Amino acid sequence: MPQTPTATEATRKGADRRPLLSVRGLKTYFELDEGTVRAVDGVSFDVMPGEVLGIVGESGCGKSITMKSILRLVAKPGRIVGGEILYRPDPVGRAGGGGAEIDLTKLRKDGRRMRNIRGGEIALIPQEPMASFSPLHTIGEQIIEAIRLHQDVSKKEARAMAIERLREVGVPSPEQRVGAYSWQLSGGLRQRAIIAMALSCHPKLLVADEPTTAIDVTTQAQVLALLRELQAEHGSSIIFITHDLGVIAQVADRVVVMYLGRVMERGPVDDIFHAPKHPYTKALLRSVPNMDTEPRVALPTVEGSIPHPLHKPTGCPFHPRCPDAIPGLCDVKVPALRPVDSDQPVACFLYHREVEGE
Amino acid sequence: MHWFIIKRLLLLPFLLLIFSIVSFALIQAPPGDFLTSYVAELAAGGTSIDQAEIEALRTRYGLDQPIYVQYGRWVGNLLRGDLGVSLEWRRPNSELIGERLVLTLILTTFSLLFTWAVAIPIGIFSATRQYSLLDYVFTILNYIGLATPNFMLALVLMWVAFDKFGVTVTGLFSPQYLDAAWSWARVGDLLSHIWLPMIVLGVAGTAQIARVVRANLLDELSKPYTEMARAKGLPEWRLVIKYPTRVAIAPVVSTLGWYFPQLLSGGLVVSVVMSLPTIGPLLLRALVGQDMYLAGTIILIFCMLAVLGALVSDILLVVLDPRIKLESA
Repeated sequence: MPQTPTATEATRKGADRRPLLSVRGLKTYFELDEGTVRAVDGVSFDVMPGEVLGIVGESGCGKSITMKSILRLVAKPGRIVGGEILYRPDPVGRAGGGGAEIDLTKLRKDGRRMRNIRGGEIALIPQEPMASFSPLHTIGEQIIEAIRLHQDVSKKEARAMAIERLREVGVPSPEQRVGAYSWQLSGGLRQRAIIAMALSCHPKLLVADEPTTAIDVTTQAQVLALLRELQAEHGSSIIFITHDLGVIAQVADRVVVMYLGRVMERGPVDDIFHAPKHPYTKALLRSVPNMDTEPRVALPTVEGSIPHPLHKPTGCPFHPRCPDAIPGLCDVKVPALRPVDSDQPVACFLYHREVEGE
Repeated sequence: MHWFIIKRLLLLPFLLLIFSIVSFALIQAPPGDFLTSYVAELAAGGTSIDQAEIEALRTRYGLDQPIYVQYGRWVGNLLRGDLGVSLEWRRPNSELIGERLVLTLILTTFSLLFTWAVAIPIGIFSATRQYSLLDYVFTILNYIGLATPNFMLALVLMWVAFDKFGVTVTGLFSPQYLDAAWSWARVGDLLSHIWLPMIVLGVAGTAQIARVVRANLLDELSKPYTEMARAKGLPEWRLVIKYPTRVAIAPVVSTLGWYFPQLLSGGLVVSVVMSLPTIGPLLLRALVGQDMYLAGTIILIFCMLAVLGALVSDILLVVLDPRIKLESA
């Protein structure tokens, strides 16, 4: 039984607002010769219109596969085996009843409907701006292509729109840059150009997969500011995937904490940072340096390392590394994600005894 | 890019000078000269020729002079556009080489086009449907194609054609067109004969290039730019052809340079087996008979084709990949 976010959580931002995207009990598995890797194993969260949702977790926790599942870009041998990804193109609904829902998991990966949504309504900002433009085509060609795929405009109009987008994301002299190749641009400009391409069709949802990991800290801050600014302007929602808690604190409205393909805790950014509930969230936060951290003292780390994806522990996936694990319970049963505070569901037996699937 | 082409063309005469020296030296390397092998052949045939006549011929052909003088005369004639006279055939080299060269170029172009037209789609299919049944089938066929000597394939196909359909598929022309002047009918006759040697000569290359395209494309398909194109909502086939394939076929284009000379020499056995009027057998005969001016001229033409082929492939690469422009110009 997939966990449903509480009514309060869904209506926090306004009584009649429904989520733009609801992920329900999503399961994406990889069938390998050695066994099945349950990369995403029952993940649920909502993205409200106009909000930035941060998904945080260590590498290998399934956050990128979650993103690929939403865009239906999971390649073989990966497959969505369960759950729903409900997309509501018109979440507010003109008559107050909310628009229609589309379950993205039911669409054909390469079918027309999914391709129209992909890039047109849900756009990707990829991890590696260096490698995400084809080196053999100018960035203009690639942005114009994206525009003309989703909008019925002439080449000339599309070119003007591409230049306008580049200007909007702060690329200097966009009239010239539109004819440049990606390898002629600096890292920061490339990332801006990628954002321009993602925004070119006014998507309702942007999925940003660690968009700032590959660039230096100064540029990173600029890119984050730019993203927030553009988001406020266009009113689009963003799913922001990162392992960097500092970045999450800067951009996110709400946070999903993932570990080994499962959601450990979910909640508003302030609650997650100031009142973390799950031992994993607490451990993550302890390992981040802040102004009060004593200099030259080793930072605490999360004990142990991530288990091999083929040999996930039984029970709560975090129990082997958890300081508060309850023997006989945490290593046997999987805790369900249940609200502890009104807005903050946690999957941990320290707060409730509800078992997943019961 | 124009400067790049001009530079390469300016380099051509120097390269040809070097090639001419090397090829002339190589042809002179075996002991004896044309007359010694000529005399040996006559002796084998039971006739003989008296010494005075041999000496007269030697003087007439300039074979009694030092090598550099012979070389100088040859190159001097070449520069005046005179390809010289074949010692063995007693005919101008240009006449001997002319049509054979044209036919060789036509045959080579056909088998190149056949190779690309078959290999690139197979490579793309195998990469995008990796480990599918058809991918395995193509892989097996590729290895068979690579491992089969092409003259063997020629023999098998000729036998099948003769045994099952009762046709003889040797040569490039029907007997009535063999020595006819060029006409549309002759071109049609050529086209009706050329497909078999085209396949025979193209099979090994097809197998090789299909493997190369498959391997390269598999690399490119996992690159972020391919996924980004997919994330834009491009249909799968369109994006595969437009983005990763363009990168993946670059190495294929770069093989163009050595394709011509390779086929000229590699196709020799096939030409002999299928009695194709190409230039390979002529070169073989000239080398055996130490007909040095004919052999040297053919080798020099090979070299020029190799250099021009390399230039064409470089230009195509620049068109294909804009990054190359900066590095070489």
